[in-house]
Amino acid sequence: MLYQRRELLKAAAVVLPSIIAVGIFVYGFIIWSFRVSVSAWDGILPNFTYVGFKNYIETFQTQRFQTDLWNTLFFTIFFLGLTVTTGLALALLLERSVKGEDVFRTIYLFPMAISFVVTGVAWRWIFNPTVGLNALLQKLGIPVTWGWYTDPSTVGPFHVALIPLIIAASWQFSGYTMAMYLAALRGIPEDVIEASMIDGATYFQRLTLVILPLLKPITLSALIVLGHISLKIFDLVYVMTGKGPAFATDFPGIFMFETTFRGNHYAQGAVISMVMLFLVAVVIVPYLVSVFREGRRA
Amino acid sequence: MRRILTGLLLCVVLAATVWAGAQKEEENKVEIFSWWTAGGEAEGLEALIEVFNQKYPEIEVINATVAGGAGSNAKAVLATRMQGGNPPDSFQVHAGHELIDTWVVAGAMEPITFIFEENGFLDKYPKGVIDIISYQGEIYSVPVNIHRSNVLWYNKKVFDQNGLTPPRTFDEFFSVAETLADKGITPLALGDNGIWASTHLLESVLAGSLGPERYRGLWNGTTRWDGAETKRALTTFVRMLEYVNSDHAALSWDAAAQYVADGKAAMTIMGDWAHGYFKSKGLKVGVDYGWSPSPSTSGMFIMLSDSFGLPKGAPHRDAAIKWLTVCASREGQDAFNPKKGSIPSRIDGDRSLYDEYLQAAMDDFASNEIIPSVAHGAAASEAWVTELNDVVSVLVADRDVDKAAAQLQKIADKYAKK
Amino acid sequence: MRAEYALRQKAAARIALYLVLVVGAVFFLVPVYVLLATSLKSFTEVNIQNMWSLPRTVSLEGFAKALEKLGPNFVNSVLLTVPATILSAFLGSINGYIFAKWRFPGANLLFAFVLFGMFIPYQSILIPLVQFLSRIRLYGTLPGLILTHVVYGIPITTLIFRNYYTEIPGSLIEAAQIDGLGLFRIYRHILLPLSAPAFVVVVIWQMTSIWNEFLFAVTITQNPRVQPITVALQNLAGSQIVEWNVQMAGALLAALPPLLVYLLLGKYFIRGLLAGSVKQ
Repeated sequence: MLYQRRELLKAAAVVLPSIIAVGIFVYGFIIWSFRVSVSAWDGILPNFTYVGFKNYIETFQTQRFQTDLWNTLFFTIFFLGLTVTTGLALALLLERSVKGEDVFRTIYLFPMAISFVVTGVAWRWIFNPTVGLNALLQKLGIPVTWGWYTDPSTVGPFHVALIPLIIAASWQFSGYTMAMYLAALRGIPEDVIEASMIDGATYFQRLTLVILPLLKPITLSALIVLGHISLKIFDLVYVMTGKGPAFATDFPGIFMFETTFRGNHYAQGAVISMVMLFLVAVVIVPYLVSVFREGRRA
Repeated sequence: MRRILTGLLLCVVLAATVWAGAQKEEENKVEIFSWWTAGGEAEGLEALIEVFNQKYPEIEVINATVAGGAGSNAKAVLATRMQGGNPPDSFQVHAGHELIDTWVVAGAMEPITFIFEENGFLDKYPKGVIDIISYQGEIYSVPVNIHRSNVLWYNKKVFDQNGLTPPRTFDEFFSVAETLADKGITPLALGDNGIWASTHLLESVLAGSLGPERYRGLWNGTTRWDGAETKRALTTFVRMLEYVNSDHAALSWDAAAQYVADGKAAMTIMGDWAHGYFKSKGLKVGVDYGWSPSPSTSGMFIMLSDSFGLPKGAPHRDAAIKWLTVCASREGQDAFNPKKGSIPSRIDGDRSLYDEYLQAAMDDFASNEIIPSVAHGAAASEAWVTELNDVVSVLVADRDVDKAAAQLQKIADKYAKK
Repeated sequence: MRAEYALRQKAAARIALYLVLVVGAVFFLVPVYVLLATSLKSFTEVNIQNMWSLPRTVSLEGFAKALEKLGPNFVNSVLLTVPATILSAFLGSINGYIFAKWRFPGANLLFAFVLFGMFIPYQSILIPLVQFLSRIRLYGTLPGLILTHVVYGIPITTLIFRNYYTEIPGSLIEAAQIDGLGLFRIYRHILLPLSAPAFVVVVIWQMTSIWNEFLFAVTITQNPRVQPITVALQNLAGSQIVEWNVQMAGALLAALPPLLVYLLLGKYFIRGLLAGSVKQ
């Protein structure tokens, strides 16, 4: 038993450096960021005078941040909807013993392997109002002069300029949800499927009554992973559109980066980062807790 | 004994020489930090360093440049270096409030009035320039160049074909624009990707509507942003936007200039680096394109300038002072500006070195009322400009003058020092 | 008769299925077409009239310029990715081993504590990170960026290894413990030889992630001389005159290494991908 105790102590000592690193770089830095967010640090030189939640109130009052929150909401809804349905549809189609399945799967999933910066460059060109899709359509005799991501018009609080971004982001992630669903479909025991075949059910009935309910946990996982990605979105937008006309394509991640590292408004940058953290935590923490509980039961 | 003493003495002398040499090694450098990495800017900087090298061959110039993002990368590097107590000997910064509010107020710069006094430079600079580079009665930077912001560039052939003359007032502008629009030509080209080009247009309109004194008042709190006059200026600006190309948000300023070069658009309001752009495309001023002060701003010269200052704790302070003296000298400025495509900030530049447009700009600079540009850091702090850009960005999209005026007043209340 | 009808219906359904799959594939490949077609044109051929057409003559002018401009940054990316990947794979392996096989009291809670680091928006630690790195004089350097990637890579690499080591039968470990082998020797002699598949997954995953990463890179390296290729590509795209062919060639250059890894070792890439969705 002495051996066991000694070895367990050793085990704790081995992971200690990583725990300390994560403790400092994740938790310590978050606390530090929070400290900056309630300070008077506005400008080049740090100033840690405590000013309470003044910066939070001021930031929430800016039109830019309000627009960002609306954009995040709409982007999240459409991006999740489009990506999950596309991924599920592709997975179900590929599940039907298709010839050349490997090739199709490789094509649908490759966007996940390359940088948002690369895809941003391509999509920026495709939706560029002078050279991209418009030029193609005009060539085909359809006179389109749509502004795409440079169009500042809105439908209620929804900026139409978000549409190209939603398309590009879904293009990037649909393959990922497809891979998740495929893994799950392959995991469904044969006898469950066979049992439903014997009942003479149509494919559609099998889908809605047997397969989709079995895929629920995967859908939840996908929604959580994609949801937290969309709350953090930065790379793709920064490269493809920037903040856009009248913040049509602005997001908290862009605002934070610009205000902090281009405008030197450190306290405001910290405020935005704290709001982002809060939004992500709302999605992730319950999920982590449930995973942790399952782990305990296992 | 004597020999030992001699030996010792020799050793001391030797050590002293080595130490002095090491000191010299330390002393004889000057690190200049800028974002001039390409084109005429880089060539101008090289020419300036050349002048410095002729004067001080013993001092090695370290040309530290950071490219990318129109200076934003360089500014980020500079901020980190200054925060970390590791300043360069001198760095490039927009003259005026961008320098003052970011660095001088933070106590990071030394006043350099003495350089101007000792060299008798004070009367070689227009008063408007001295005002812009001063804070609480002390000068803080040496402006190496002057660019003009309020210039209307137009396609001469398009104007001649339609029997038009460059508009001198807003009324003339709108009648010209109407004529062109009827012909199916975009009257005004704008490329405001990154929004600053719209702010650039707005400053011309503000100066033209309000006049120099009340325009200055916008930045010192004596002119109200939500007053009737400013609102009228904003309304004019919004009306101008009805005549710009629909894809303006997707373009940069040079793409808009290209529209004018191609005759797709007739005019654009841009700083005089547009002149350099047209020249690089092989166009001739007075033949292919022409220029005039932007509508209702004749007699005004909206200036912006790159300058060098003296950070506190510069590792080679004496060499930095020598560098700044060269930057402020006629010789240094005449080496730099013809290549950069700008004019000297002194009034005694050698005219024969400059082209036709730049000579005309020099004349205006010597005789006009000089006022600071806001889009390029002279009139207001960077923080103010950032917020102003945000409002302009929304105004360009929703054209709501009242809302914008109220927001602009709120921002001015925060930043303007009465 | 009815059988024939059913057969025909079945055939029609099959054709429709393939049609949908092919249309999907075409949509997914549009950006690739755009990148390839534009990058192989000469600058003079890149104009609005033939933006979408194939290049009339294949020109490598774009690639030559992109290589000249982004070559050094490509090297930077290699210098960043290789050490960061090796370090974080090693760290993940040893952490995963402990969390999987040595459940000291509170280990599970600690694991969740580490895992949370995987999901945070990095904006929330960016300001302190920059201050910290400049205080230890690593701001603006590749070593600083390597350190950042190694530390923030701990959660995902630990997770992948832990899941992998959990599958290894406990009886192996117990037998070794009875023989009196210590923690390190069990790792060295029993687990490490079995670790190759997990190492492949982690190495591939970290390599692609670090190569493709943008936010840390753009924040920490402001100087073009040390910037990884993603940041340099963005700067190239943001520069004054739009040379679309050079931009697209640069984009392909930046995409090449991860794409090759994906095409050659896709299976492992997908495993790393799915590990991120915390399937236990």
